[in-house]
Amino acid sequence: MKKRKITVAVTGLNNVDNPGPGIPVIRGLMESEYFEPRIIGLAYENLEPGIYMHDHVYKTYQIPYPTLGSDTLIKRIEYINEKEKIDVLIPNFDAELFTFMKAADRLGEIGIHTFLPSLQQFEERHKTVLPEFGRKYGLKVPGSKAIFSADDFKKSRNEDDFDYPLLVKGKYYDAVVAYNEDQAKSAFHKISSKWGLPIIVQKFVKGTEVNVVALGDGNGNTIGAVPMRKQYITDKGKAWAGIALGDTNLLTITRKLIKRTKWRGGMELEMIKTEDNDYFLIEINPRLPAWVYLAVGAGQNLPEALAKLALGLTVKPFNKYEVGKIFIRYSYDLIVDLSEFEKLSLYSEL
Amino acid sequence: MKVNKNIAVSESGFLFDSMSGDSYSLNPIAAEILRLIRDTKNPEEIKQELLKKYDVSQSAIDKSVDEYLFTLKKLNIIK
Repeated sequence: MKKRKITVAVTGLNNVDNPGPGIPVIRGLMESEYFEPRIIGLAYENLEPGIYMHDHVYKTYQIPYPTLGSDTLIKRIEYINEKEKIDVLIPNFDAELFTFMKAADRLGEIGIHTFLPSLQQFEERHKTVLPEFGRKYGLKVPGSKAIFSADDFKKSRNEDDFDYPLLVKGKYYDAVVAYNEDQAKSAFHKISSKWGLPIIVQKFVKGTEVNVVALGDGNGNTIGAVPMRKQYITDKGKAWAGIALGDTNLLTITRKLIKRTKWRGGMELEMIKTEDNDYFLIEINPRLPAWVYLAVGAGQNLPEALAKLALGLTVKPFNKYEVGKIFIRYSYDLIVDLSEFEKLSLYSEL
Repeated sequence: MKVNKNIAVSESGFLFDSMSGDSYSLNPIAAEILRLIRDTKNPEEIKQELLKKYDVSQSAIDKSVDEYLFTLKKLNIIK
């Protein structure tokens, strides 16, 4: 079968020890049996490894952070599109999703297809409102609250609903388990200096963390879902190795959630499974995670399916995957000529 | 006593629990006991089989098998 040529723009090329999903998404697209993708990298920083991985990324453009203004970012995308004629854009950072969702129609008018959650879906699963989300969709969620000052830890204790240990989480990323007030305050300052306010304080639930990568078609159907347990965790709490689980309870929870929310796009469910086989939702990331290539390796090419959905193609849901498949990350030194770094630094293109 | 359906054991004695992702390396006797459970033997029958086959005292068999079955239950490998 002759493959369909498409140009896909991808962010999240920071394939570092806390990796963005860009390169795994690209690997999925490159292994597509349907598409012959030409990948355009979109990078925020000039040392994101994906920029220099020329066997994965055809050309990279630097883009401005969304904090510099949505219009500035979208204008840059429009400029890149004039040169590259992008068919599909796959954003992979939580912090940029809002901008791309708001601009979906504007991007659509110039031929750039996206497949993102709706603004309502994006907003209602925020960490700050997760307990309400759990109540609405019938999921167990540990108690949590948003705080704006490190002094609020005292108030939390007085209210007696947050005993130590507790989790201190950033708005977008980072989570630290704090065993006393000093540790909690230290985590508050560290995370808020990086990701801003509020900080989310979440009740600690003892158990095993299990995650699911899934893709919803926006009509309530689950196109694919693969559960995973981290087997080796870095000091940043990221999976360096993980295994595909055959946990049917997790799959049922995921399918129900996608059906009830009519979830559109990729998602990662982060859950805690307790010793009593209870499942608590601790986070929903509204995009494919950095470990999505495990799903590809286990038989569900979710990045390919997402690109098809973005282009309005019909996608048959996956009905199986290989349980027990393992991913193991590794680090690799790319040797890059100074001229490449210079080109990107001076012209914001490589 | 039954081995949970999410448990897979290879011929070499590698046990994989697909629900939890846990895996264990079983020694030959541990693997043999699991096979006996799969053959629907109860604890007494398992002990008698092992006593016939190995030069070991009844008290040693009782202690080892009971401890092993307790561990298997605790790890949700059998129910």
